[in-house]
Amino acid sequence: MTTLTTVTDAVTERVQSVVPMQMQIRGAHLYDKTRRFVTRTNGQKIFVEEPIPPVEEVALADIDLSNPFLYRQGRWQEYFERVRNEAPVHFQAKSPFGPFWSVTRHADIVAVDKDHETFSAEPFIIIGEPPRFMDVAMFIAMDPPKHDRQRAAVQGVVAPKNLREMEGLIRSRVQEVLDDLPIGEPFNWVDRVSIELTARMLATLLDFPYEERRKLVEWSDLASSMEQANGGPSDNDEVFRGFVDAARGLSALWRDKEARLAAGEEPGFDLITMLQSNEDTKDLIDRPMEFLGNLTLLIVGGNDTTRNSMSGGVLALNRFPDQFEKLKANPDLIPNMVSEIIRWQTPLAYMRRVAKKDTMLNGQFIRKGDKLVMWYASGNRDERVFDRPDDLIIDRRNARNHISFGFGVHRCMGNRLAEMQLRILWEELLPRFDKIEVVDEPEYVQSNFVRGISRLMVQLTPKTDA
Amino acid sequence: MSDVTFISHDGEKREAPLEEGASLMQIAVDNMVPGVDGDCGGEAACGTCHVIVDDQWVAEVGRSGPVEEEMLAMNPEREPASRLACQMRVSENWDGLVVRLPEFQM
Repeated sequence: MTTLTTVTDAVTERVQSVVPMQMQIRGAHLYDKTRRFVTRTNGQKIFVEEPIPPVEEVALADIDLSNPFLYRQGRWQEYFERVRNEAPVHFQAKSPFGPFWSVTRHADIVAVDKDHETFSAEPFIIIGEPPRFMDVAMFIAMDPPKHDRQRAAVQGVVAPKNLREMEGLIRSRVQEVLDDLPIGEPFNWVDRVSIELTARMLATLLDFPYEERRKLVEWSDLASSMEQANGGPSDNDEVFRGFVDAARGLSALWRDKEARLAAGEEPGFDLITMLQSNEDTKDLIDRPMEFLGNLTLLIVGGNDTTRNSMSGGVLALNRFPDQFEKLKANPDLIPNMVSEIIRWQTPLAYMRRVAKKDTMLNGQFIRKGDKLVMWYASGNRDERVFDRPDDLIIDRRNARNHISFGFGVHRCMGNRLAEMQLRILWEELLPRFDKIEVVDEPEYVQSNFVRGISRLMVQLTPKTDA
Repeated sequence: MSDVTFISHDGEKREAPLEEGASLMQIAVDNMVPGVDGDCGGEAACGTCHVIVDDQWVAEVGRSGPVEEEMLAMNPEREPASRLACQMRVSENWDGLVVRLPEFQM
């Protein structure tokens, strides 16, 4: 069995390494089109938005937390609150993504997250499955020891020591973006600030052509909005086309780096160079599914998360204006506020696990093979851990106990970078603007995974004494 | 009353009273010792209470176990005497304990 698997793996790797990546994705696209034609699902959306009823009108067993419109329609708080209190480990038998357990309390989530012996992150950390052949391999969805080796190869780039070197650069980019914002007229904060800043950061981390940085955002958005994976709005044709484009762009970046290094150029301190100089990942490009998977992971990981915390912070301070006054009176609260914003927003709603053996969890019997979703969005609003959990309280004593970065071996590796970016943003905003007013209702992303704000119209009032 | 000394990466010393049975992380957090976060609240699941035990104290307080290793193994500042303070239950023999803090927490 083991031998057979090894041989099959070897053959797969061999095939993967000789057929160009773009050709493989095109082949997969064709396969997917045929599948959709044969199964007569072509062109049909799995999810059509309908109004979600108030939670008290729904039977406990019928509650489906995988509904990708729960966040957009503002029903998520009441749904999670009821599940947390009435069935903290809750079973949904027939969701569009199949049966799954919801883990909704802070303590239970920590217990599952840290126990990788019992709960596997493989094969995916989203609730559904990407289209066949798009099921790329990323270390966030690998168990130790493979996970540890691949993560070790890249985590240096966002290690605190490296961040200290980057702080000045990040600050000057934040300043450029803020100095360029329109004054006294409404504009979309998401596009002008949140997306722009994260795109600049990603291009820097990857040493990607700076003027093409929005491509990274485009690829990331496609990768994180697949309908079958998490109820997102992208159709498969779009996703496949985007992946061909990403495979081409990222391979070119890799080859270009290789050539420059071979020509004697000083090695940079970017992700690609780090991967190329590590024994476990130097030939990553010969394993296209891992190559694409891990680069996608790093791009997605640094994109939706920070972006939506940048938007969410502005929204939260508008919902809780007394906190903005508190902040202006005491800017030293910024670091704690950053943690509180990340708790309040929880940009990624969950991570998924699969039970490797029969086990018990808070009184529920979990069978080997069962799917579990750890709802970080719910753990961060658990009234057992956080007082007035739905309020933003910038000097909250235990804000750092939020669960948005996950716990255990898969804990977010970019946490310090994220905190630094958000801290700098607010350090630069406060001396410039007296008011940052949200002037229209925000629009939200369709997804059960990304808790995203797609449009946030804001009007700025400059500081008068500046 | 017994004390523990935390030494920051820059060499700044900070003393805190020991409380038998509490975790060293809790003592650091309760006494607002800068450089110890304890994000996961004591579950050995975030790696943000990393301390390096002074050589003279290693035998007394012991080395890290497998649970701590999960998080410590990923830490670039890891040293042989590294521990997660949340897994260090204070004993009555620890009066005068000295631990160093890394430059950064994970």
